[in-house]
Amino acid sequence: MVTQTGNRGAVCATDEVAAMIEELQFSLGEGPCVDAVNAGRPVLIPDLATPHAVDVSRWPAFMSAAADVGIRAVFAFPLAVGAVRVGALDLYRNQAGELSLEQLAGALLAADAAAIALLSMDVNADTFSGDAAEGADYHLEVHRATGMVQEQLGVSTADALLRLRAKAFADDRPISEVAADVIARRLRFDVEES
Amino acid sequence: MIDEPGPGMSGSSREEQITDTFVTLADTLVDDYDVIDLLDGLVERCVLLFGATAAGILLVDQRGNLSVTATSSEETRLLEVFQIQGDEGPCLDCIRSSRPVTCGDLAAESARWPAFVPAALATGFRAVDAVPLRLRNVTIGGLNLFHGETRSLPPADRRLAQALADVATIGILQQRSIHRSSILAEQLQAALNSRIVIEQAKGVLAERHGVGFEQAFAALRRYARDTNTKLSETARLVVLREIDADEISRRLPRSDSGPDGASEH
Repeated sequence: MVTQTGNRGAVCATDEVAAMIEELQFSLGEGPCVDAVNAGRPVLIPDLATPHAVDVSRWPAFMSAAADVGIRAVFAFPLAVGAVRVGALDLYRNQAGELSLEQLAGALLAADAAAIALLSMDVNADTFSGDAAEGADYHLEVHRATGMVQEQLGVSTADALLRLRAKAFADDRPISEVAADVIARRLRFDVEES
Repeated sequence: MIDEPGPGMSGSSREEQITDTFVTLADTLVDDYDVIDLLDGLVERCVLLFGATAAGILLVDQRGNLSVTATSSEETRLLEVFQIQGDEGPCLDCIRSSRPVTCGDLAAESARWPAFVPAALATGFRAVDAVPLRLRNVTIGGLNLFHGETRSLPPADRRLAQALADVATIGILQQRSIHRSSILAEQLQAALNSRIVIEQAKGVLAERHGVGFEQAFAALRRYARDTNTKLSETARLVVLREIDADEISRRLPRSDSGPDGASEH
């Protein structure tokens, strides 16, 4: 994951090989996962030995480490909500091959859930519960409202999104309704509420 | 409601406009380009070429949802009409069947689309055309044209709309092999996340300068074009507060201009 202050580190890994290769990417600042976070787009390489469209020579240390431990395929999904980047979900395989459509959908949904969960953890982990997969369903209004709240409060985009979510949680309303109020300028976050 | 596009479009003939559209699209595809820029330009062009009231593009986001990726207007009500199509409507039908869907009179279709039709009518739309974004056997989304009067596009226009949708599809897939599902996933997810960044930036600008989303977007786009920066990168810099506020504010259309005040300044 990547914190708002730019610190990086692996949060969890399923085994030692994955943990090692994650740490390597973050300490070197190179690799598909680093690129996925920076660009806010997945970097999917079904075969590291014959990468069609990806210039893997950008990652010399990653490539040699991956070869050492027998990794043949990498699928890195950014944990992102627009400009908010909290890290990447990285899948490694010791065999070449594309993800199936079901695996792809599953990975995207897992990345959405992880993005929201990690975001929330930054502020107040016990405030939120449950529906972590909501991120993918946000309508565009939520993102517009996030930008407005960010400007009202002079905070980061991530914090603005959290404030919107917290308000929805506190009022027991869908976040899209809170966003609609912000957009209609019926609700501001920079005035104290009674 | 939504304004009709003016009848005379800066004096050029329709043939010239069509040529211009394809030249612009082809130019876009040559350089290192932004998919969002491409789609945004395309919906703008569609409104002009087909005399549509509004146009939009929805993409299949590979989680099983439809995402609104480009719209010709920033009106929140229009956005809602598009978003309903994640559950039902002509664009969803078009994507599922991989075939164009034409409805010349929406009022007659309320049984077919019980949520979509009332929302569309309330926004001032009377008819709709939807063409698929597809390449070979894969459909990645749909292009929607909304009309403020009951009408159907003539067959020649429908073919033209499909040709434009095809160019957009090729643009999204960057002409690489569609059999590589990973390429499609990278491109689609990048486009969808870019759209979110752009919405965040519109919110920032609307709030900061006290303007509507239409004006905020016009200024964003103008800054991107003036500085030869990708639209999504410009949006990211706005959200990160790395662009001077004055640089944007002096590109804002005057507040008395209409919702399409993005034209000449």
